[in-house]
Amino acid sequence: METTVTTNTGTWKGGRSPFNVEYGKLMMWYFLMSDAFTFGAFLISYGTTRFATNQWPDPYAVFRSYPFGGHHELPLVFVSLMTFILIISSVTMVLAVHEGHYMNRKGVAKYLFLTILGGLAFLGCQAWEWTHLYHEGAWWGRNPFPNADGTVSTTNFTNFFFTITGFHGFHVFSGVVINIIMLIMVLKGVFDRRGHYLMIEKAGLYWHFVDLVWVFVFTCFYLI
Amino acid sequence: MDHTLESLELEHHVGGGRKEIWRVTIILTVFTLVELALGVWLMNLEEGDGAQLTIDFIKGVIVIFMLAKAFYIVAYFMHLRHELRNMIMTIVVPLFLFVWFIIAFLADGNSFKNNKNKYDPGHKARSEEKMPKHEHEPQEAHPLQ
Repeated sequence: METTVTTNTGTWKGGRSPFNVEYGKLMMWYFLMSDAFTFGAFLISYGTTRFATNQWPDPYAVFRSYPFGGHHELPLVFVSLMTFILIISSVTMVLAVHEGHYMNRKGVAKYLFLTILGGLAFLGCQAWEWTHLYHEGAWWGRNPFPNADGTVSTTNFTNFFFTITGFHGFHVFSGVVINIIMLIMVLKGVFDRRGHYLMIEKAGLYWHFVDLVWVFVFTCFYLI
Repeated sequence: MDHTLESLELEHHVGGGRKEIWRVTIILTVFTLVELALGVWLMNLEEGDGAQLTIDFIKGVIVIFMLAKAFYIVAYFMHLRHELRNMIMTIVVPLFLFVWFIIAFLADGNSFKNNKNKYDPGHKARSEEKMPKHEHEPQEAHPLQ
């Protein structure tokens, strides 16, 4: 038997990992691919509805407020802040994964903590934005904003906005929960005993995906 | 299980490390700033007479920057570029379905709009009604849902 094993040297002949990744990480990739189709379906249905409608509200007129801004109205400012928070938290997540490669427990804990802070900051911003829009009269099923040319708008705009940013926000929330669990496991030394920090990489993949989706949501809702 | 993990040792030190992380961070930041600058341009255009071709062009450029950002996040932050080619293909090839999805569905929406404007005489007139100012009553259900 042993001689037959050593003669089988092809990638798919057994005895080695053909993709050279751990099982859990590969499955995380396939989960994220399916999740990409879910978000893709949401965004494409939004696009289809927009293409099927004569007029649409102007995002620069709707998203123009920020906390403590009073009556100053600056479009794009607040959402830019949210975008940069998410990019920076993605960077700290990569750094946490990077420290994990060197088995540096303190480094991983530090960067994971910063990532969690970034995620919470983003969720706080989103909570503020939703509350603000709600007080302006926007919610599922009601839309106070006229179209860009002043004509009567439909509730499609708010329905899609709250559904898609809500679904994304839920992903951010679950990402924060996953990162908190990872941080507890790091601090308890679970990965040191296990001998590798591959679990941080899987949590990292999920977190980057959340950032990736925001790139699309940000562009589709706030910019174009 | 153990030998699988040993064979994964290889995986650990592929990739650019910290230098690459900072490079990608700077690229993502610059791309976002460019997107925002284009957004400001778009905003000022829409207040003016509205040159539709220019607006569509700017929106197209924004979409290209969006896709470039997505590439950098997936390739470097998610490390996909440093995986084996076969594995990359199992993830990237199915995503090409999106090319068809986007073209087919947007074209469908567009043709629905055109047919509706052409064959439903009331529709175009209704969509040109001006919205009354300060309509903040949440109870007011809208006829055009």
